[in-house]
Amino acid sequence: MCLAIPAKVVQLKEGDQALVDLAGVRKEVSLALVEGVRTGDYVIVHVGYALQKLDTREAEKTLALFAGLAAEETA
Amino acid sequence: MSPARQDYVRPIDFKRGLVDMSHGSGGRAMAQLVEELFLRAFDNPWLREMNDQARVPAPGGRLVVATDSHVVSPLFFPGGDIGSLSVHGTVNDVAMAGARPLYLSCGFILEEGFPLADLKRIVESMAAAATEADVSIVTGDTKVVEKGKGDGVFINTTGVGVVAEGVEVSGDRARPGDAILVSGTMGDHGVAIMSLRENLGFETAICSDTAALHTLVAAIVDAVPAVHCLRDPTRGGLATTLNEIARQSRRGMRLREPAIPVRPEVAAACEFLGLDPLYVANEGKLVAICAREDAERLLAAMRAHPQGRDAAIVGEVVEDAHHFVQMQTALGGSRMVDWLAGEQLPRIC
Amino acid sequence: MKYVDEFRDGALAKSIAARIVRAAAAGRRYHFMEFCGGHTHAMSRYGLTDLLPRNVVMVHGPGCPVCVLPVGRIDMAIELARRAGVVLCTYADCVRVPASEGLSLMKAKAQGADIRMVYSAADALRIAQEEPRREVVFFAIGFETTTPPTALVVKRAAELGMANFSVFCNHVLTPSAIAHILESPEVRELGSVAIDGFVGPAHVSTVIGSQPYEYFAEEYRKPVVIAGFEPLDVLQAVEMLVCQVNEGRAEVENEFSRAVSREGNARAKALVAEVFELRRVFEWRGLGKVPYSALKLKERWAQFDAERRFGMSERSVPDHKACECGAILRGVKRPADCRVFGTACTPATPMGSCMVSSEGACAAHYTYGRYRSAA
Repeated sequence: MCLAIPAKVVQLKEGDQALVDLAGVRKEVSLALVEGVRTGDYVIVHVGYALQKLDTREAEKTLALFAGLAAEETA
Repeated sequence: MSPARQDYVRPIDFKRGLVDMSHGSGGRAMAQLVEELFLRAFDNPWLREMNDQARVPAPGGRLVVATDSHVVSPLFFPGGDIGSLSVHGTVNDVAMAGARPLYLSCGFILEEGFPLADLKRIVESMAAAATEADVSIVTGDTKVVEKGKGDGVFINTTGVGVVAEGVEVSGDRARPGDAILVSGTMGDHGVAIMSLRENLGFETAICSDTAALHTLVAAIVDAVPAVHCLRDPTRGGLATTLNEIARQSRRGMRLREPAIPVRPEVAAACEFLGLDPLYVANEGKLVAICAREDAERLLAAMRAHPQGRDAAIVGEVVEDAHHFVQMQTALGGSRMVDWLAGEQLPRIC
Repeated sequence: MKYVDEFRDGALAKSIAARIVRAAAAGRRYHFMEFCGGHTHAMSRYGLTDLLPRNVVMVHGPGCPVCVLPVGRIDMAIELARRAGVVLCTYADCVRVPASEGLSLMKAKAQGADIRMVYSAADALRIAQEEPRREVVFFAIGFETTTPPTALVVKRAAELGMANFSVFCNHVLTPSAIAHILESPEVRELGSVAIDGFVGPAHVSTVIGSQPYEYFAEEYRKPVVIAGFEPLDVLQAVEMLVCQVNEGRAEVENEFSRAVSREGNARAKALVAEVFELRRVFEWRGLGKVPYSALKLKERWAQFDAERRFGMSERSVPDHKACECGAILRGVKRPADCRVFGTACTPATPMGSCMVSSEGACAAHYTYGRYRSAA
């Protein structure tokens, strides 16, 4: 129920819809809850809706944090 | 009426015709359906006799019998259909005893109003699958139920085969120390089916892996005649099959998650749906359990076969009074791989 | 899978775990509650407990919206579904939840009620459009993650002037649940365990932002670290919590910075505020009546509110006497402490909320971890 997955927007469609791709699996989802999404962006998808855009720079910072490399904490 | 037209019976309109109650009533309409569709497609000497039964030679060795009913929805899917599935499913059940499948029966339950074009497509698919698997469909039955009482078509197939003396493949033969192998990637069939459900709405390039596995089994038995267990992980997936064998053999199992082959698209589809690939059905894969010292030889034999290219050793059998199947995860932690709790998915095979 | 696989890397998991081991001071225990059912599931599925030191204990909180749905509300859903002409659309997670008289949505479906599993609220709306002569009701459940989609379909239904669609609303709120755990009348009966900090929910936080947790951090002096959904996120959040405790801090930290900001998703929040308002009180399974913890449709959207449309009356059904879910949801007891765990109460025959969904504490322990108790 709580599951949500980051997927890449590959095509914008009419009516707030978009086609997202996760490792070759494509699904049509609604972008009605997010703003300023472009193809190539990553979004978090939950029950057929994109909830939020993924900040890829923050993602890289978090990965660095895992490796114990970040000097400051993300907050 | 002119004499030239007295024997004329209008052929069945397979393009636009529909199944109706007369096709199951045992009368002329049914006989015509049997002759113009089933006999023509499955054609063999036994069927041509047109009896209600088939007299086949008794094979040497031990008889193996298996039966399966098929209720998959949708009927047609990437990589196959209910027809090919019904042939492969029973051929595989027979083969998992280490046996060579020989003959099939098939029983149809058709829903009134079912398009004959679809029925023809299914029957021709069955015929092709049977030919490719080198089995003959020697007898059958047809019934029709009223509209609303069936899901288009249900098919039952029963198969008969023969297993050589000395080949003892059975689910209760797993022993501590045995290696557990799978013949290829897990979850393909279930995901291929689910991709067609309207309300899941995703397109993938995943095809069902439905296939007849008897030649792979023959290669396995040839390389390791003392193989302990063989089973195809259909409904309920690998997890269910391993739990079944664990219970039958009264042992536990320990798996290694990184060793279990799963295609990236299948993994991704399962992420979208919140499913675990270990519980998703396969229709063209098998699990093999053998003594540790035979594992490498068995793996090589499987990988040399076209249906076993992605075969892998995924775990081992252990002593365990609770018969738990446990798995070491990719992160190094440990978890159980338990029985499915109730029906989780719509019918997929 | 990009942004997924990297967050499941085994080598990184070991290195974070090593840092936790070093940071966790010997001679003291740390108790952290993970609130989100998705985190409970991630911990079980990847066996993260094995990577943590013995003195860092994870306590499972009531973050599973299916688990906290009281029996009475399921009874109401079943009663709706049994009415002639009604199609009840539900997320698959709800169909096996046990209700009164040995029923569940799945059993009611077997008895002939038209109950359909949908993946998304939009699917329910589509069914209503395709079957204009049927009354289509969407059984809406979930925390703040799932509420915006429901708001969207209610608005869409209004735009389309639909006369045969409504929502049976059971949306609940995360901060209220957390507050209730920390301070409630039942604490006296059930006791409470000293919780040193919280792992904040992942996707709820993408919607509500990190700001709402600041109250808990200040008021109760408990650190909160919002964690992403993947196992490395959870491990990293635990490390950050251990450090906060060691340093005597009680702050809100955001490990899930790639998807969570302080304000959250303004558009989604505005939509929810437009369509829903707070219920004065709502009963949670295992927690009892919790004030201002759930939502209902505003008057303006009354025609889409199934409770008003069908004149449904509230039902309150007590949990089974042997059920320890209340204590388990507070972290006071563990699943194995419950008399009926694994015997009368299993995922196939669930008796209480914690066993009902795969994210429930008892279900997760049974499915993934009961071999530890058996050993």
